[in-house]
Amino acid sequence: MIKTDILIIGAGPTGLFAVFEAGLLKLKCHLIDALPQPGGQCSEIYPKKPIYDIPAFPEILAGDLVNNLMKQIEPFQPGFTLGERAQTIEKQEDGSFIVTTNKGTKHHAPVVAIAGGLGSFEPRKPPIANIKNFEDHGVEYIIRDPEVYRGKDVVIAGGGDSALDWSIFLTDIASSVTLVHRRNEFRGALDSVDKVQELKNLGKIEMITPGEVVDIVGESKVEGVSIKRGAEVSNKACDHFIPLFGLAPKLGPIADWGLEIEKNAIKVDNTLDYQTNIPGIYAIGDVNTYPGKLKLILCGFHEATLMCQSAYQRIFPEKRYVMKYTTVGGVEGFDGSKKEAPKAVVKAIK
Amino acid sequence: MSDITITIIDREGVAHEVKAPTDMNMNLMEVVRSYELAPEGTIGVCGGMAMCASCQCYVLTEHELPEMSYDEDLMLAEAFYVKDTSRLGCQLHMQPEMEGLKVELAPES
Repeated sequence: MIKTDILIIGAGPTGLFAVFEAGLLKLKCHLIDALPQPGGQCSEIYPKKPIYDIPAFPEILAGDLVNNLMKQIEPFQPGFTLGERAQTIEKQEDGSFIVTTNKGTKHHAPVVAIAGGLGSFEPRKPPIANIKNFEDHGVEYIIRDPEVYRGKDVVIAGGGDSALDWSIFLTDIASSVTLVHRRNEFRGALDSVDKVQELKNLGKIEMITPGEVVDIVGESKVEGVSIKRGAEVSNKACDHFIPLFGLAPKLGPIADWGLEIEKNAIKVDNTLDYQTNIPGIYAIGDVNTYPGKLKLILCGFHEATLMCQSAYQRIFPEKRYVMKYTTVGGVEGFDGSKKEAPKAVVKAIK
Repeated sequence: MSDITITIIDREGVAHEVKAPTDMNMNLMEVVRSYELAPEGTIGVCGGMAMCASCQCYVLTEHELPEMSYDEDLMLAEAFYVKDTSRLGCQLHMQPEMEGLKVELAPES
């Protein structure tokens, strides 16, 4: 069981900054995120895109913003459970919570802050009528263990980085790799496109473009796919069909936690501390809604700050505290580091 | 002030005639959100960067629309339920020439 002071669900910018604000109050944080890396949408969807409305940064790439936040929170040694989705929450007699992920990892904390953005990222599933019947029977939307494909015939569909990168990777493992895309052009990194071109020239990847998988063939497991090219549809035998069309956020299991949901977001009763209808559970950043809500990173930072002050009062109701400026108090990390403003140098005039 | 009137058919098939400003650099996805014609979280997921296709729509009139950018074209190549008339709403900025435009939102995917 992982124990912490504030359990943060979602490791996007808002969740990461909450670690800093909590750290100033000597509260430890642990973050859960369904993605394998921190940063949320900034890392997953648009790491190379510039953001222009972060105060004091006329321009910063989303990926750099995440890197900076990770650097900023480093002294507070946050814990991470990555690649797992927060699944269930149980309130304990003492008012604390146990949150369990889809992989069974348990976390215990007196305060839970949901900073889940638009939800956890789930694979986008193509609208092929019979695809559900073959899920985990040859259809996989995420490659968890590449060894599964050793010596197998694999068909991958998609036009982005993951389709290209996995096609490249699996050429050394699978018996055959076929990449199907509706266009001849790909959206992925140029060097990946070049690599696939090279592998195609060597006969290690079969390209079917423009083409689209429209049906899956098989009894109890995938035996092939039907591929439409223009007006023609033909079957291609394979053991696995891997559609890689990126990820889309879904609110997911959080929607069943007894929280008030409005417009696909968690309603917070007030903008004083962003607490939800369940005391001890807060919602900050894009995941919450209240009158006047703006889904902006800078608003998420503000919400994270107020949440931490309230969380402190909840965890230590008997303690008095006033907010301190970092310029005055410095930053004392849990790792023993200390940053503070340099002392003034006094020199007398004789 | 130069508002235009456009028609948006929502995902339930209901047509909405709405006014859209042409002087606010608003795009069609934002117009849909401002009139709450699709649930939040199901449209404009990437914020309007042509990176998610959640604002895909079908253009039902013959208006001359801005040419499709490379980003939009390739995103549509990965989207579902794509037709010849598909565009990404986030890439269609409201302009006076779009008066009378009629679009239908593509299914959620």
